[in-house]
Amino acid sequence: MIAYSWPKFGEASVIGKEHDRIDGLEKATGAAKYTYDVNPKGMLFAKILGCPHAHCKIKSIDISSAEKMRGVHSVLAIKKEGDEIRWQGDEIAVVAAETEAGASEALKLIDVEYDLLEVFVADDDLEAAEKAKRTQGAGEDIKVEDEPEDNVDEDEFNVAELERQFKEAAAVVEGYYGVPVITHMCLEPHGSTCYWDGDKLIAYLSTQNVSGTAAQFAAPLEITASDVTVKCDFIGGGFGSKFAPDSWGVLCAQLAKKTDRPVKLMLDRDQELKVAGNRPSGFIKVKIGADKEGLVTCWDSVHWGTAGAKPGGVSKQVVPYVLVPKNYRRKQVSIITDTGPDRAWRAPNHPQACALSQTALDDIAAKLGLDSYDVFMTNLVNATPKKGDASMAETYREQMELAAKLIDWKAKWHLHGKGQAKGDVVTGLGMALHTWGGGPFKGSCLVKVHPDGAVETYLGSQDLGTGTRTVIASVIAETFGLPLSTVKVNIGSSAYPEANPSGGSITVGSVCETSRRASQEALDKIFELAAKKLEVEADKLEAKEGRIQVVGDPKKSLTWQQACRLLGMNALEVTGKFDPATVRNSPLSSSQVGGVQMAEVAVDRRTGVVKMKKFVAVQDMGLVINPKTAKSQMYGAVIMGIAYALFEERIMDTKTGTFINAELADYKLPRLGDVGDIVVEIWQPESEYQRGVVGLGEPPVISPGAAISNAVCNALGVRVPVLPLTPKRVLDAIKKGGKA
Amino acid sequence: MKAFDFASPVSEAGVVGLLSGEPGQTEILAGGTDLVPLMKKMLATPDRVVNIMEVASLRGVSADSLAVTIGATTTLDDVLGAPELDDYPAIKQAIGGINAMQLQGQGTIGGELCQRPRCWYFRNGYGLLANRGRLVVEGDNRYHAIFANDGPAKFVHPSRIAPALIALGATLRVVGPGPQDEVLLPVAEFFRAPRHEGQRENVLAPNQLLTHILLPTADGVANATYEVRHGEGPDYPLASAAVALQMSGGIVTGANVVLGHVAPTPWISHEAAQAVLGWPVNTQTARVAGEAAVARATPLKDNEYKVQLASVAVERALLLAAGLPLEGF
Repeated sequence: MIAYSWPKFGEASVIGKEHDRIDGLEKATGAAKYTYDVNPKGMLFAKILGCPHAHCKIKSIDISSAEKMRGVHSVLAIKKEGDEIRWQGDEIAVVAAETEAGASEALKLIDVEYDLLEVFVADDDLEAAEKAKRTQGAGEDIKVEDEPEDNVDEDEFNVAELERQFKEAAAVVEGYYGVPVITHMCLEPHGSTCYWDGDKLIAYLSTQNVSGTAAQFAAPLEITASDVTVKCDFIGGGFGSKFAPDSWGVLCAQLAKKTDRPVKLMLDRDQELKVAGNRPSGFIKVKIGADKEGLVTCWDSVHWGTAGAKPGGVSKQVVPYVLVPKNYRRKQVSIITDTGPDRAWRAPNHPQACALSQTALDDIAAKLGLDSYDVFMTNLVNATPKKGDASMAETYREQMELAAKLIDWKAKWHLHGKGQAKGDVVTGLGMALHTWGGGPFKGSCLVKVHPDGAVETYLGSQDLGTGTRTVIASVIAETFGLPLSTVKVNIGSSAYPEANPSGGSITVGSVCETSRRASQEALDKIFELAAKKLEVEADKLEAKEGRIQVVGDPKKSLTWQQACRLLGMNALEVTGKFDPATVRNSPLSSSQVGGVQMAEVAVDRRTGVVKMKKFVAVQDMGLVINPKTAKSQMYGAVIMGIAYALFEERIMDTKTGTFINAELADYKLPRLGDVGDIVVEIWQPESEYQRGVVGLGEPPVISPGAAISNAVCNALGVRVPVLPLTPKRVLDAIKKGGKA
Repeated sequence: MKAFDFASPVSEAGVVGLLSGEPGQTEILAGGTDLVPLMKKMLATPDRVVNIMEVASLRGVSADSLAVTIGATTTLDDVLGAPELDDYPAIKQAIGGINAMQLQGQGTIGGELCQRPRCWYFRNGYGLLANRGRLVVEGDNRYHAIFANDGPAKFVHPSRIAPALIALGATLRVVGPGPQDEVLLPVAEFFRAPRHEGQRENVLAPNQLLTHILLPTADGVANATYEVRHGEGPDYPLASAAVALQMSGGIVTGANVVLGHVAPTPWISHEAAQAVLGWPVNTQTARVAGEAAVARATPLKDNEYKVQLASVAVERALLLAAGLPLEGF
């Protein structure tokens, strides 16, 4: 039985060191092939006709003119007469043609008649939605600290108790806050290139779920998963929106079958934004009460938002966020709109919940005239998540102290709205904190050691941006005592051993579990052979600097190649397996992280323009495999956070239901000049290292909304209630003097 | 994209000869940064695209003692780098604000003036006037006009350079439709607010070609452009202003103030110009001029905030032209 473990703290030679991505050069030079770059010989281009209307019924579809167009190979009607359409862009028909332009032109020849139905897309006004009968209750919880006497009705007691808490509070704040729908805006849109080899489908799919999508292709095509190979060597962004082939992936495969040609079907930019997922909106009306130190004692909220034409929105389970007062009532309402369906978006629920809750907490600090830092510190007693058996409060406290030092909080702090203006410009500080799971998923990893010493590995994972290849190579190189460059990593095919989808920040934990296990098992076998040769016990051996040697005695050793030659004619193959359902408390990985973020902004009071001055992100993630790629993830997440805090939102025309800014020209995103000085700090005391690996792709994107909103409020002395904090919203808020 | 014929003539007469008199039947291709996306969206569906980048006479910057001439296909990047234009910071600041080397390197100054509006109803296929303006009035008009929005056109003209050219008194040379036809017209008269769907936002006939921009000498003319931008990206400003001032003994003796992104055409503010005439430029007079510029603004339901932005843009453009420090970004 092998004792799976990581090297002792401070003793690792590859992991924990900064390494460039092993595929970085390919990516930087354009040699890396993304799905969009896959162009098999004879390929046709497919395009989808999206419905121009948000809510309608199909009266008729006539594809005959399109079918007759020169260069058109196949036209399929996706919808039929009588079908109801619930969002703009929904797929009506698809065309495969010789050229991309020809496919687009043919779409114009498809004649569709629609019966228009009433459109409802506004998600920010709860009363209007109720009036339009577009709301659906999503539950209500109430929890109070005290227990009722036996003879008292519990519900009545809870309500009365909450009221009493508010009466006794030193400060009560009533606030309104909001986060509109945003999209994923993957640089590479959804889509695939498919071709058939006899009855076998080969699908190059832009996916964050290589191992899980073959079966999803197979079922609707009425073939078996073993007849499908899904490939994705590189993906241009997913953020939670690319777990499935989707209807357009299946259509692509069908068109390829029908035309007996490879077919490429990638969504256009506007389709990508309209139909391929978005992050649900959240708006909240909340009343919170606190004692004179700013400790929140009671919370009463109703929040709403839309996930599209079905119920959904920000889960009430995470409202209030992380710092949960002892007494609370929370109610969630879904708003049904004629808009595209939501999908998981980097840390689902958390960024909105954080922006809806920790803004309110900051308003308590403003109301009491306290330092926001102190109020957050005071409320750490209410930190809900746990790391193992320990409260997260201690982690947050240490991270807050570090973040405050990095942003120089104490020197820069002023009370809300009380800073010294320089001309028209005021500055401010804000903070927020967050949590996430990030534990590993089940999977396998094949490690192959050749008699000539070559090492390769296969697993059906993918690189969503995590640096997956580099992480796997680091782990295996560490185990074998080899340089990083000697390990050849193969990922991105469903033909490889089944591995994790890349969602929930599980990738690094998952591939570390399986690749460490596989390589430790392989090394164990090599030690057995080497031990005989060196005439020592196998447990006296170590793999170090390209040699298998007796611990502490490098003279008694074999080179890695000499040791591998002992394998004989054939390569050694070991499959490492991991399943969190059967392995409890793995020494290699863990779950649950915390992070603290602080923002410093400057606001031009007369134009409403907000500029980021500095942003500090402190984050734990257990044992860090590659600090360089970890920091990249944090930089990326913070920039994405600045994007939704200051720039991006889906804008719907309320009359027509058109998503009117569904183009990169109109959908605002920050540029490097907009993000200011970003400082990312990995928090890894030895206790973190001992926890093993935890994923971090998502958590650093959670806090920026609240932290930046709080900083702007601190600068202006006025809350700009709804993100993103555009010049319009800032000036409107100043004009209203902070009244909703 | 609809299939089209492609022509690449090498002379101005050759270009004009290939253009149709029917609106939309032919399109002129310069840098293509706007035309190509319009064609991909099938908002422009020409039968023929006439590339003018091979016409040598259309390219480059030249100067004599009276004027500077800029060819229509001179790239924005070349305009930025032209020493002949060092006395025209208003132009260079406007181009600098584009903040995208791809657009600056590929886009041309003629194309910058002739680009189509960014109104999202237009770009989503509802027509330039979007149901005679009704969709805009009832819909989301946060970026639309705050002046001259009582007609069917509610969009804002997208050109970032036009306000500076107008303030500086520039003239355009236009050829066609006949091979010998040639007119010079002030930039201010080039733009118009369309009254009917199908009309364009400038006076060029479909078979006319904008060839050159002629700038009078800027000797002693203090000039500047200030744009209020949401961020540092290539996005269009929320409001902008260009000013050109003649000064004598520290007093403004002549002033042109032109606002951008506030009306269907560049918006000349005589009120703002009048307000600074006879005064030195300082924070007080600049503010008064800014307020005068927006006194008659008629914001729509979502763009009240633009009134203040326009006012601040005028104020800061004046301070910038006078070489005074700005109090904001």
